[in-house]
Amino acid sequence: MTVKPLAIEARNLTKSYGENHVLKGIDIEVPEGTIFSLLGPNGAGKTTTVNILSTLIPASGGEGIVGGRSVGREADAVRKSIGVTGQFAAVDGLLTGRENLHLMGRLNHLPKQEIRRRTEDLLERFDLVDAAKRPPATYSGGMKRRLDIAMCLMGDPKIIFLDEPTTGLDPRSRRTMWAIIRDLVKAGTTIFLTTQYLEEADELADKIAVLDGGKIVAEGTPEQLKRLIPGGHVGLRLRRADQVERTAQVLGASSSDAEQLTVQVPSDASVDSLRKILDTLDREGIDVEEFTVHTPDLDDVFLSLTGQAKTDA
Amino acid sequence: MSTLAHSLSDTSTMLRRQLKHMQRYPSLTVMLVGMPVVFLLLFVYVFGGTIGNGLGGPTGGREAYLTYLTPGMMLMAIVAAVQGTAISVAMDMTEGIVDRFRTMSIARVSVLTGHVIASMIQSFLCVAVLLAVAVAIGFRPETDALGWLGLVGVLALISFGLTWLTVGLGMSAKSVEEASNTPMILMLLPFLGSAFVPTESMPTAIQYFADYQPFTPFIEVVRALLFDNPVDGKDLALTVAWSLGLALVGYLVSKKKFNKR
Repeated sequence: MTVKPLAIEARNLTKSYGENHVLKGIDIEVPEGTIFSLLGPNGAGKTTTVNILSTLIPASGGEGIVGGRSVGREADAVRKSIGVTGQFAAVDGLLTGRENLHLMGRLNHLPKQEIRRRTEDLLERFDLVDAAKRPPATYSGGMKRRLDIAMCLMGDPKIIFLDEPTTGLDPRSRRTMWAIIRDLVKAGTTIFLTTQYLEEADELADKIAVLDGGKIVAEGTPEQLKRLIPGGHVGLRLRRADQVERTAQVLGASSSDAEQLTVQVPSDASVDSLRKILDTLDREGIDVEEFTVHTPDLDDVFLSLTGQAKTDA
Repeated sequence: MSTLAHSLSDTSTMLRRQLKHMQRYPSLTVMLVGMPVVFLLLFVYVFGGTIGNGLGGPTGGREAYLTYLTPGMMLMAIVAAVQGTAISVAMDMTEGIVDRFRTMSIARVSVLTGHVIASMIQSFLCVAVLLAVAVAIGFRPETDALGWLGLVGVLALISFGLTWLTVGLGMSAKSVEEASNTPMILMLLPFLGSAFVPTESMPTAIQYFADYQPFTPFIEVVRALLFDNPVDGKDLALTVAWSLGLALVGYLVSKKKFNKR
């Protein structure tokens, strides 16, 4: 197997604001033409990482290499090869969609004709032709993000940073965004994606790193990572307190709470295992008020990887 | 393209962006232009009769006051315009697009110089409208082509200084509200100077302040040029020093804030 050269590399990257250590030394390697996803809850340090690697803020320690250049010492060279789409749509609200793209073209010092050609091409590609004459203030969230990415592509960057590109989007816009990202990679672009959705990282990424509290707590392909994640569980709420202990016993529960009348049973959520649980409940004559099936989500990843629940910091 | 060509082209791109903003959001410009005009009319028609008599002179009254007041109001027009600059700079900094600019290979200062040049254009617009209204109600400047040229030069210098200062204030403000409040102090300075009445009529302590603060020399140089009188050397020196000094402070503060964010 040939080893692809690295598009993005971080070595022991740290960032502190006084006593507040946001990044505690992270290492990242992203080969060219792949999608790397940094997964983590709010406050984990995802945006800080993107900001450092995209030259917005300096690192406190360690080194970032993007496109073969140091983000600290050769910021301008790095800027030439990257495109950044931040968490909040970075568009000019008073210019029209087309004017926003023209603005990017001029700032990339492209010839006039090329600016016009790329603008119309991008408007077409991102389904913004009808909206081109209106200012983004009138756009939906999904349209704004599409314009945002189109602006990012005006300079034809080799490496693109996408900071939570689908946060706040409806499911359909999210899927459109995923298709856009896949197309970019097909064309050879390297993508650095942050997300708080496991599903999104799973769909898109070649490699995922889980960031928590400023440290990478797990890393691997989606498959490797999933093996680290425990299965889901079934949550029961009973009607009678005196049945809680017995229910926990017969179902092999992972936890139970007699006061709340709840019992949690590990389960892979397959039909067979659910039927088994229901059969047992019937047979034992247990009165169930509520039955919920819980599939693994980010909470579970964090519970298992960090031993602590996700906190909204 | 060379670095210089790039940075000139980036500045012109940013200027075009600002001019489009003014065009799209005209209510701010209208307000900035309108306020000094309202002040002018208010002072001439409400207070003018009385203050004009107090000034003495051959005619006295409203007409004499219009002649005295107009140079100061031209400065007020610049102050109004640069106040808008602080607001638009602060608004810009809250928008994600400035972060995008920061991750691009462009001349960074062009984001700010775009604001400065656009604001100077706005200042000239405000001064022109004010002067037109003043002439319409009877103001008669008496100067030649050279005087007008000198006037344009001095007004450009002053608005350059005040604009950079307010860009600095806009960059330092933590919110758009703060940015609209801090430059208010500039509105007070013409009152504590020779805009509305001669400084000789003030108590000694205030007069001392009035003679050295930026606006009195600004106003006196403009007044001299409008009436083809010899420009006082001290006033001219103070005008140049204050303008360049304010510009430098504003530039350094803005640059630091822009790179730090």
